[in-house]
Amino acid sequence: MFYRTAGQFKTSYQADHALFPVRQDAILLAVILVFAFAVFPLTASEFTFRALLIPVLIYSLAALGLNILTGYAGQLSLGTGAFMGVGAYACYKLISIFPEMNIVVAIALSGFFSATVGVIFGLPSLRIKGFYLAIATLAAQFFLVWLFQKWSWLYNYNASGAIQVPNINLFGVTVAGPRASAIVQYYFVLSVVCVMTVFAINITRGRIGRMWKAVRDMDIAAELVGINLMRTKLMAFFVSSYVVGIAGALFVFLWRGAAEANLFDIPLSFRVLFIAIIGGLGSVLGNFLGAILIVALPVIISAVPRALGLPLDAATVEHLNIMIIGALIITFLIVEPHGLARFWAMIREKLILWPFPH
Amino acid sequence: MDFLNGILVKPFADMAAAPDFLLQVLWEGLVGGVLYALIALGFVLIYKSSRIFNFAQGIMVVFAALTLVGLHERGVPALFALPLTLLVMLALAMAIERVVLRPLVNQPDIILFMATIGITMFLIGFGELIFGGENKVMITRELMIPTDSFIFEPFGGFVSIEQKDLTAVVGAVFLVIGLLVFLNKSKIGRAIRALGDDHQAALSVGISLSTIWVIVWFIAGVIALATGIVWGARAGVSFALEVIAFKALPVLMLGGLESVMGAIIGGLAIGILEKVFEIYWGQPLLGGNTEAWFAYVLALLVLLFRPQGLFGEKIIERV
Repeated sequence: MFYRTAGQFKTSYQADHALFPVRQDAILLAVILVFAFAVFPLTASEFTFRALLIPVLIYSLAALGLNILTGYAGQLSLGTGAFMGVGAYACYKLISIFPEMNIVVAIALSGFFSATVGVIFGLPSLRIKGFYLAIATLAAQFFLVWLFQKWSWLYNYNASGAIQVPNINLFGVTVAGPRASAIVQYYFVLSVVCVMTVFAINITRGRIGRMWKAVRDMDIAAELVGINLMRTKLMAFFVSSYVVGIAGALFVFLWRGAAEANLFDIPLSFRVLFIAIIGGLGSVLGNFLGAILIVALPVIISAVPRALGLPLDAATVEHLNIMIIGALIITFLIVEPHGLARFWAMIREKLILWPFPH
Repeated sequence: MDFLNGILVKPFADMAAAPDFLLQVLWEGLVGGVLYALIALGFVLIYKSSRIFNFAQGIMVVFAALTLVGLHERGVPALFALPLTLLVMLALAMAIERVVLRPLVNQPDIILFMATIGITMFLIGFGELIFGGENKVMITRELMIPTDSFIFEPFGGFVSIEQKDLTAVVGAVFLVIGLLVFLNKSKIGRAIRALGDDHQAALSVGISLSTIWVIVWFIAGVIALATGIVWGARAGVSFALEVIAFKALPVLMLGGLESVMGAIIGGLAIGILEKVFEIYWGQPLLGGNTEAWFAYVLALLVLLFRPQGLFGEKIIERV
């Protein structure tokens, strides 16, 4: 009823490949954007910003970066956390060497550092495939985190070994650091994520995206039809690590405010991988759905016993939390291995046909 | 020049100057390598028979050791707790097969891999909930493992070999021999290898997929228990042990995902080399703690020349 596609005719290939082939999709997106830009900021509390909205956006962006590599180009990576770290540390060094630099420029530049590192660690993908490659990306994970700890130049020779975000102004408003307000940070993150998402949608549905999908589906066949494997795979690593690096810079500068090396350790990588897989590999929308699920779950689970008045101590709740998340991940994989994005696709299909069964 | 000297000359000079210390380092590395090999063996068994990359092997080690110690803490005699723990591992294998693996048959590899990470998280939460998160002491003495050390004095120096390490090495050798005999000579072993070669062909001659999977996961659980006892005796039992799972992954890369031989040789090689590198190159030149990544970088370099690992099955591409 809401998704009536009757009467929307495509008369050219261009119209068929448009960003929104169905008008209702565009309307739905507009509604979501109105919520994101106007309704949430007006209604959300400080806690909601810090615990839900900002992390959801940042994790979505990180998962989007990983999804470009794993979902579109088919190269499994377990080193996302470390590449986020490269982005964060690069941004920190840029800000501390050039304190006058615009934060937007610093974040955009820090992506290039993680992209370069990503390409270097992506080189083995030309020889190694599948799980062997996944373990190879773990080499990046462990080596880089070790480097963050041992190379004290990276954290300006702090005694604590942690990086602290200074107060940074943009057009007279504090956007990062201890004095920044959550709503400003939310708008900043939201804008960056929107720009990066548009970029990702367009790159994945264009020629480059088709090349990636061809390599993912069968690399030898892709090579036979004239796709340069080396360039395509390395480009996937470059673009993916760029997005992931920006997510990492946002992660520390706009959300955590401070970071130690082990923040970027393997649990972060797995968390992002979960989001990408539960959301749905090879989909842009899925990252957002997955991030909402993975970020909101612990918040909800830890709120339930308090709401019910169960006398559980914090440690027990924490353990139950891990256990339930593990069980839920398995459940989701069993119920819908293609992720939440597929769920939405099925619902949309039903909405278009409704009230008819076929 | 000083730098080159530090890389190329000084470490070897140090080795020659204190051969007893070198022997001690090699022995420590060997014991570490045996543990890596054992964990890698659990991975290989499951990968061979079901093409599942079982990330949960590391946590199964912790879980098995925790169950053993936890049962003993609750008043079960040590020698009775051991078979009881084996029963728990059997129940775990059956539960995993029934709840996780069976509904996920025929899904892409990465989905099964993620499912094993889900199992890992579940077991972490479950184990901490029941046994608590604090470090526990392995019941070494109650299991009648000797805890003294042998002292040798080669080259006029001093080498100490702990008896529990020696027990671990000997035990691991027997375990591996037993496993190889089981895999190669018994009927079930043949069925496991058949499943590894071709699922559908194995099914069509009447091999039960679910039974074999339970058996394989149970064997992996037994190996996990052995590893847990040995490692727990050295470092205590806690969830920090989980990180050793990550140490076994480069072993798999080096040795090949399908090769039992590769797991053993790769494990020993990585154990020894990372120890030697850490002592003679890592600590003086790089600030230490190189063990965190050395194995990965080594395996990566080997993989660049042999993409299927040293002993893995040759990857044949069909178009």
